[in-house]
Amino acid sequence: MAEFLQFVFSGLTVGAIYALVAIGFTLIYNASDVVNFAQGEFVMLGGMTTVFLGYAGVPLPLAAIAAVLVTTAIGLVLYRFAIATASGADAVTLIIITIGASIFLRGTAEVVFDKRFHSLPPLLDSDPISVGGAAILPQSLVVLAGAAIIVLLLWVVIDRTLFGKAVIATSANRIAARLVGIDTRVIVGACFALSAAIGAIAGILITPITLTSYNAGTLLALKGFAAVMLGGIGSAVGAMVGGILLGLLEALAAGYLSASYKDAVAFLVILCVLFAMPQGLFGKTKVERV
Amino acid sequence: MTVVAPFDRFRMLQHYRLISLIPLAAIILLLPLLFSSAYYYRVAALVFIFAIATLGLNLLMGFAGQVSLGHAGFMGIGAYAVTIGPTHFGIPPLFSFLLGAIFSALVAFVVGRPILRLKEHYLAVATLGFGVLLAIVFTNEASWTGGPDGMTVPGLTLLNWSVRSASSWYWISAVSFLLGAALALNLVDSPTGRALHAIHDSEIAARVLGVDVAQQKLIIFVVSAVYGSIAGSYFGLINGYITPDVSSFLRSIELVAMVVLGGMGSVIGSLVGAAVLVILPQALTLFHDYEHIVLGLIVMSVMVFLRRGIVPSLAAAFGGRRE
Amino acid sequence: MMENLRLAAALGVGLATALATGPVSAQVKVGAVLSVSGPASFLGDPEKKTLDIYVEDINAKGGFNGQKLQLVLYDDGGDANAARTFATRLVEEDKIVAMVGGTTTGTTMAMIPVFEDAQIPFISLAGAIEIIQPVRNWVFKTPHTDRMACEKIFADLKRRNLTKVALISGTDAFGHSMRDQCISVAPAANIAIAEVENYGPGDSDMTPQLTKIKATPGIQAVINTGFGQGPAIVTRNYRQLGIEYPFYQSHGVASKQYISLAGSAADGVRLPAAALLVADKLPDNDQQKPVVVAYKNTFEVKTGQAVSTFGGHAYDGLMILAAAAKRAGSFDKAKVRDEIERTRGYVGTGGIVNMSPTDHLGLDLSAFRMLEIREGDWTLVPDSGS
Repeated sequence: MAEFLQFVFSGLTVGAIYALVAIGFTLIYNASDVVNFAQGEFVMLGGMTTVFLGYAGVPLPLAAIAAVLVTTAIGLVLYRFAIATASGADAVTLIIITIGASIFLRGTAEVVFDKRFHSLPPLLDSDPISVGGAAILPQSLVVLAGAAIIVLLLWVVIDRTLFGKAVIATSANRIAARLVGIDTRVIVGACFALSAAIGAIAGILITPITLTSYNAGTLLALKGFAAVMLGGIGSAVGAMVGGILLGLLEALAAGYLSASYKDAVAFLVILCVLFAMPQGLFGKTKVERV
Repeated sequence: MTVVAPFDRFRMLQHYRLISLIPLAAIILLLPLLFSSAYYYRVAALVFIFAIATLGLNLLMGFAGQVSLGHAGFMGIGAYAVTIGPTHFGIPPLFSFLLGAIFSALVAFVVGRPILRLKEHYLAVATLGFGVLLAIVFTNEASWTGGPDGMTVPGLTLLNWSVRSASSWYWISAVSFLLGAALALNLVDSPTGRALHAIHDSEIAARVLGVDVAQQKLIIFVVSAVYGSIAGSYFGLINGYITPDVSSFLRSIELVAMVVLGGMGSVIGSLVGAAVLVILPQALTLFHDYEHIVLGLIVMSVMVFLRRGIVPSLAAAFGGRRE
Repeated sequence: MMENLRLAAALGVGLATALATGPVSAQVKVGAVLSVSGPASFLGDPEKKTLDIYVEDINAKGGFNGQKLQLVLYDDGGDANAARTFATRLVEEDKIVAMVGGTTTGTTMAMIPVFEDAQIPFISLAGAIEIIQPVRNWVFKTPHTDRMACEKIFADLKRRNLTKVALISGTDAFGHSMRDQCISVAPAANIAIAEVENYGPGDSDMTPQLTKIKATPGIQAVINTGFGQGPAIVTRNYRQLGIEYPFYQSHGVASKQYISLAGSAADGVRLPAAALLVADKLPDNDQQKPVVVAYKNTFEVKTGQAVSTFGGHAYDGLMILAAAAKRAGSFDKAKVRDEIERTRGYVGTGGIVNMSPTDHLGLDLSAFRMLEIREGDWTLVPDSGS
């Protein structure tokens, strides 16, 4: 029983990480139908910038805030110079642009920072908490809490504010939204900025567990993307559930089947879910108008 | 999905079809005059090898409109086929090469039916999973594949001629690309090609017109898998050594970038896209620290400003509209 | 059709010009293909820095047999295909006389045929034993083999009367290869491997695997083979789960980075490593002390980073080459090769090197020291054999 519990804790730890990354994908997709592959890089930038500002002598809380601001600015620049300029391009082109952006950001991080691994101190105590014979790190709970809070905040913003209504309108029908006076470019830009901020916060929270380096973003983006599709793209709750489920699948596969194939098992399960429910667990069924 | 210039080009190719390959053949014959050492032959051979894989992916993405983020998986199957066949089963490399292509086609056939029912992003993640799965198998099954360290690929001998030098591989890969391009152009002009045109335009409309959408997509998926496998086999043979990252996620993304840079739906574009991405790291060695920065900028700029890819955009700029 | 032609012509010209390298100079060129970026940059970066520093140093002292040395260095990013292309470029275009490089086993193995065909001496910086076994005429290497690391760990286990162990390995090439070596060497050393677990190099939590190890009865020690961030996370997880068996790492973590990432969890961890890491703590009569202290100080002052054994292997490779060229009196590739093979009593950062026609590495188990981490620093384990 203690073993099973430990596997679950491991799954929750990793799953919370995937969930935080996945949530970042959702907002941009909702506003602009773009899957932003540079989301992983936003996460990496949050962590790395905080680390290096810390090395430069800046107190960590300030460094964290500065890192979030820097990453948000980068998200805005990405939107303004890449996505907005290519307005009207089809989905595949936009995806490739974000892939190009992720390569660019990774290359810049390689030069500006360095090629080694770095860590951040955990937010709370670093002693693990023992529950039922299994141990979980306090930081894992921080990450889970962080994900839940962000999902909640997103829901409040989208559902309860005028800005949120504008986002829903833009994602439903961009032309109609413009017709009623919504500046869609501002809305989508704001969503990019917000996603970048979420990514940066995610990076700061997960670095104490996962460590970070200039190329940490790629794997995170891959897993985050898989999690988001499992949960159903377009739903923040789906992203969180998808992330946690993916983490649990991996941990249980590693514990009970084979650690070498845990990623394979996770992907196979995702594929099976997609064949049965092509819109993911929480996604809306797409109605294609002829 | 809007139907724009790729299909003007498509119509243009319909008229010129194979004639348009003659200048390419001429270039292939004349290019070696510029090569002062085996190094150039090798780089050019690699360009053509990746161009073959890119062409296969282009058929799937550019003509049939299906996203695949796992195409490097088929390259891996081809590469490991020419390694495992001779080493573990004593099958001669040439035969292993054919078996690899057949096996890729089979895998594509089996996996294709269910996967191709998914759309857009879901298809993307499914193909991503496929590629990642293959990479994991190649990494873990060390007794077959040599594991993460990789494995030596036995040399290819054709009728007493040991195919080793870079120049031999240049001719093999360039001629193969030429043949592959001719086949692709033929395919595009065939009933299958026309069906794909319709599917790309609107799947529902195509279905209404009686096109068996699922079967057409499957055919193209299988064809693209075979192209990938052939390219992968050449890749393993030219290097004499293969590692599991032949099937990695990054390689699949590289192939997608090659397709998109060169121009989706453009046969010559496949060659151009492959050339850019193969030559770039070689050209940038003085600035190898900045290689990723430059690559990322190029990909973004081309996509933003030359949206349809290098070849179609330049064609539109120079040639204007025909017919 | 016309723009096809124009385009292709531009392509051809572009290809030729893009690949044009500088004029061939009268300098002696030594090639290096290292994984400075990518998954092995942890290893390749200090290697590059070391080669840069010491080539400059050699030139400042008069050069190679009186001629200035030019280092032609390419970054393969950890990709075997790229490495092979750069190797071809070094041979065909840059016309090097010798090669020091090949950060990983994969890149090394891909490049070996190029240098064997061109008959150019190649000193590799990678770990696997298959690089020099079977012995190839033109291929040498400086880092200890993974098999030696296993043997050293097993010897220490025996000294502590521990015989039943668990292995947890990264599925990266280094971790996998050393795992295989340990499994094959264990019976001869009377060590029983009771449980083997794997993790991916990019994973962030290894508690499931460690839980299974914890649950296996009779385990007396755990060995972790791998490099990069994985071992640091495994070490943290190890303490998180409260596992108390002695914990061994491999020489893949032989850099201060590991200690700073693993934090206090690294206390008590043992690993086989080169004397370089404990340079200042060596007894004064230790033969290696002057060499390692000098290298450590130079590296740390010039780069501002803590020294690592990976840079040390590059130093040894370059110095062995330089000494061989000096003895040969020329840059004739065959003569240099013969002299490399005759290296005897060379005191390097990795150990004392004695090569022979059947041994292109030249190190024995005494070249490895058993270290233990205490309070964030390396210490020598006493009575572990010099």
